Amino acid sequence: MKYEVTIGLETHVELQTESKIFCSCGGHSSPKEPNDCVCPACSGMPGMLPVMNKGVVELAVTAGLMLNCEINRYSTFDKKNYYYPDLPCAYQITQLFHPICTNGLVDVETSSGTSKIRIKQIHMEEDAGKLVHDEWADTTLVDFNRTSVPLIEIVTQPDFHSAEEVVAYLEKIKAMFRFGNISECEEGAMRCDVNISVRPEGATELGVRAEIKNMSSLTSIERAIKFETARHIDALERQTEVLVQETRRWDDVKGRTFPMRNKETEADYRYFPDPNLMPIVVDDEWLDEIKSKMPVSAEVKAEEYRALGISEKDIETITGERKLCDLLEAVVALGCSATDVVAWIITDCAGILRKNGQLLSDLNITPEKLASIIKMVGSGKITRGAGKKILIAVIENDVDPEAYCKENGMDAQTDTNLIASVVDKAIAENAKAVADYKSGKEKAFMSIFGACMRELRGNGDPAVIRALLEEKLKG
Amino acid sequence: MSKRIAIDDTILVAGMPATAGSKMLENFTPLFTAEAVERLTANGYAVAEKTAVGEFGLDLVGESTTGKLLGDAAEKVAAGTVDAALAVDLNGSPRRAAALSDVTFVKPTYGTVSRYGVISCAASGEQIGVYAKTADSCAEVLAKIAGHDAKDGTSLRNDSYDYDTALDVQGTKVAIAKDLYDRADAETKAKIDKFAEALRAKGVTVEEVAFDFADIANTAWQILMCAETCNNLSRYDGVKFGYRTPNYSNIDELYVNTRTEAFNFLTKSVIIYGSEALSKGRYTECYDKSLRIRRVIVERMKAIFASYDAILAPACKSTSYQAYDCKEAFMKVFAESVFTAPASITGMPAVVSGGVQLMGNYFDESMLLSLAKVTEGV
Repeated sequence: MKYEVTIGLETHVELQTESKIFCSCGGHSSPKEPNDCVCPACSGMPGMLPVMNKGVVELAVTAGLMLNCEINRYSTFDKKNYYYPDLPCAYQITQLFHPICTNGLVDVETSSGTSKIRIKQIHMEEDAGKLVHDEWADTTLVDFNRTSVPLIEIVTQPDFHSAEEVVAYLEKIKAMFRFGNISECEEGAMRCDVNISVRPEGATELGVRAEIKNMSSLTSIERAIKFETARHIDALERQTEVLVQETRRWDDVKGRTFPMRNKETEADYRYFPDPNLMPIVVDDEWLDEIKSKMPVSAEVKAEEYRALGISEKDIETITGERKLCDLLEAVVALGCSATDVVAWIITDCAGILRKNGQLLSDLNITPEKLASIIKMVGSGKITRGAGKKILIAVIENDVDPEAYCKENGMDAQTDTNLIASVVDKAIAENAKAVADYKSGKEKAFMSIFGACMRELRGNGDPAVIRALLEEKLKG
Repeated sequence: MSKRIAIDDTILVAGMPATAGSKMLENFTPLFTAEAVERLTANGYAVAEKTAVGEFGLDLVGESTTGKLLGDAAEKVAAGTVDAALAVDLNGSPRRAAALSDVTFVKPTYGTVSRYGVISCAASGEQIGVYAKTADSCAEVLAKIAGHDAKDGTSLRNDSYDYDTALDVQGTKVAIAKDLYDRADAETKAKIDKFAEALRAKGVTVEEVAFDFADIANTAWQILMCAETCNNLSRYDGVKFGYRTPNYSNIDELYVNTRTEAFNFLTKSVIIYGSEALSKGRYTECYDKSLRIRRVIVERMKAIFASYDAILAPACKSTSYQAYDCKEAFMKVFAESVFTAPASITGMPAVVSGGVQLMGNYFDESMLLSLAKVTEGV
């Protein structure tokens, strides 16, 4: 018999905001040490009241627009009650009754074509803290840094029918959110609950549903879905077990799912509207403002870059990172040519970062500084080699390119008399190379050229050196 | 010399222990000061002392099972130990205490005074109010603490409020809430009659009106209050601060024993009642319905205020309380709150003066205080 698997996803995404959702503590990327980023509000002390961070609403609305959702002009917050040591107030502020976005749609491309995935809703909520189990001391410690970090939860309809579709969907929203500065979506910042059931093909009723909780890596999600699908089919076909509706967890080491204790799943969360937070009203003016700040999508950017003559391979690299697009556009706006800028970013910047064990996504250079280097090279003020040396100093020590060039005497040497004397000296000191060259070994030219360049500390104008050297060797 | 003000123990003052009358917070010293207190100390007032409250302010006046039956702050204002006192009106406790001690208390319109720094129980109705000996003194302190505070999302947008205690009351109309009047004992009725006479002597028309929604308003408010309190008190779990039981070997025992040992019988009753009201099986018929009833009560109150400037009613059934067994506490408070619940559930202002209560429409504090003032000393 053939079977059909049906999957719905609940995806939590940590938002990239300056501060937490209801207090002014730094957002998700700030803290370094445990409990570094905690205040009376996010540690649940009495007397503190939640104050809404407007930036969270704007990011949630932007995410909703990207996923073609209806933006609900009136939305409210609710309290979800449960006891756990990582939840300082013993309730989580979330949206149950009136979420911010509903009824979206995303196209997902897989090897079997395009599938339409309906988004049921997107709601805003606060994250919980983290428990750290110290087995050595046999204790559990609580870290509240993550408490009240803003999240959106994206709930889909049960529209997926394979692990491939799920992974393609997650990769798509990940790229969108990274590009839209909604979330960096790094490890752990995107977590999924997978609802899955299996039924014989053509059956009208859905099969018994299992929910696999809290997975963050795409590989685990894919493996878990494949395992669950096989487990359900075995149960249906060979009666290996009786399927029950339950919550399960994925064990990455053992490569299988396990049922969670009932106690953890049968809670009554006693939701009710939070009286401390006024309803969020998104009026036309605010919605227009959010729309106007929405980033152009990676696809639109790619189209623009193609028109500027940038190669497909380079377009892929640049549009993979929103900040590379921003850098490219800013440097071009300062008067550099797009293809030049792309070469400097992809060849030079990436090379320097790679040597330091970093990636292009770690690039941190102002458009002004990169433009200044490119312009100095373009105008012949410095050689390209010197430009690269300055770029290294800028990336590693954030120096000022022009001042650095001046301090280190890096201006291109174009004085023909000086260069002529250097060339003469090099010819005199490299008799063997000169003889080799004259006997037809073209390669020997470069070794004499190199000697000239060394003498000029790398700053000699290559064209002038080449011309003089060729002339003198002929003569 | 700066004026001396007492602050009740559910309002935080940095560095001064804030117990909320509970063993749960017996060693809790807050890191910051309530906005209302900050505004007073910036305006020439000095915090004289913290005054005791029944656990989390849930009891009738003070700790009614141990014999403190007047209310600490009201007693101190009456005795002149302090010039004024701030107290959180959660479920009518300060209004009852003011009536028993014959001092003035004003609970302003909800959202007027920031709740930043209040040990919160029922966010949708609790409000800081002011005790003083006269309507003028109440108005003076209230004007200093009222006004928008960005740290409280429910704070109204007005930057400041003027309270005028000298409005012309001649020709105004006051309604005696008949159903509440009928429940009071003879002594309390006499106080209302006396107050009404004093008003009539100033040219105020005073007449009875039906107030048949008192019980439903009270039941709905007790449901909302208990549910919100249950939720807000859930943070006291022995993990982060406050009391922690020594008797535990796992996390569930830590929670259960901490809360069993540190909350009193009334608080536990409120938590259980509130938890039940929010449970899956009860939410629609209890909590959600109470939210709807709140809207109806607002309409019913506004209908009265369309014809009257204020409502006159008892603040409590009798002029003194007897100590009672802790197991009766919940029903005692429930029964007694019928007088205070209408202003609590609607967030409308109320003033207690001369042992009686005046309720007004939103932002009508000046009229209530003016009516109270013309009866002072009569």
